[in-house]
Amino acid sequence: MPSSVPLSWYLILSAILFGLGVAGFVVRRNIITVFMSIELMLNAVNLSFIAFSYQLRQVDGHIFSFFVMVVAAAEAAVGLAIILTVFKNRATLAIDDVSSLKN
Amino acid sequence: MDAILFLIFAAIAVGCGVNLVVQRHPISSALSLVGVMAALAVLYLLLGAEFMAAAQMIVYAGAIMVLFVFTIMLLNAGSERKTDKALFARLFGVPALIGFIVLIGFLIRTLLPKTENVVFGTFTEGTARGVGLKLFTEYLLPFEVTSLLILIAILGAVVLARKEI
Repeated sequence: MPSSVPLSWYLILSAILFGLGVAGFVVRRNIITVFMSIELMLNAVNLSFIAFSYQLRQVDGHIFSFFVMVVAAAEAAVGLAIILTVFKNRATLAIDDVSSLKN
Repeated sequence: MDAILFLIFAAIAVGCGVNLVVQRHPISSALSLVGVMAALAVLYLLLGAEFMAAAQMIVYAGAIMVLFVFTIMLLNAGSERKTDKALFARLFGVPALIGFIVLIGFLIRTLLPKTENVVFGTFTEGTARGVGLKLFTEYLLPFEVTSLLILIAILGAVVLARKEI
């Protein structure tokens, strides 16, 4: 067994996590779980940024991933406030029940 | 040693990620997501991103996930009910997901130039000092704009979570 792994394995792990995030986003019917799938996708992209940062020997990738983290924090605060409001008005968390824009 | 650490924590990350998608109860998904984030923090450390590993644990696993768990508890979210599309998802979704991952893996292997092996300790710029130097010189404007974004997010959250809406 080799003592270290190639960088592309990190990128493939990132792709797997992103794919799982997309699957959760499409499959799950609970609005909070859908939201958590988005966080999983953001995390997968962060891993890619940091892997490329290692390859190029520059910290720019860390900065990008830092900004992604900040945006994710802001998004979580606003998104969960929206979920709270939806729940207060409709008393449901199932996204199938919240489809006023559809028809 | 690096390979063993990578394989262990990559396995934890993928396992928790699958668990996140498969579980029906949101609290199980939330705890799986914490597992994914903790495993990713270790991988960041292997890639020489010390500051980002600490920020990942504090901001993501600490702050954001506490917010999620708090909301799940507050709304008393139960298991989601079964839908009639579960068989469809299993028949077409899983092969599509595997196909997507294989395609991306194939593209990474063929299109990318030969990548070097990741050895812990060869890239040491990712400390708080290294990141801070870059953040406060070259990326100062985006950093300042970030404060505006957070201010707007705070206001938005306060306005949306009011009693009257």
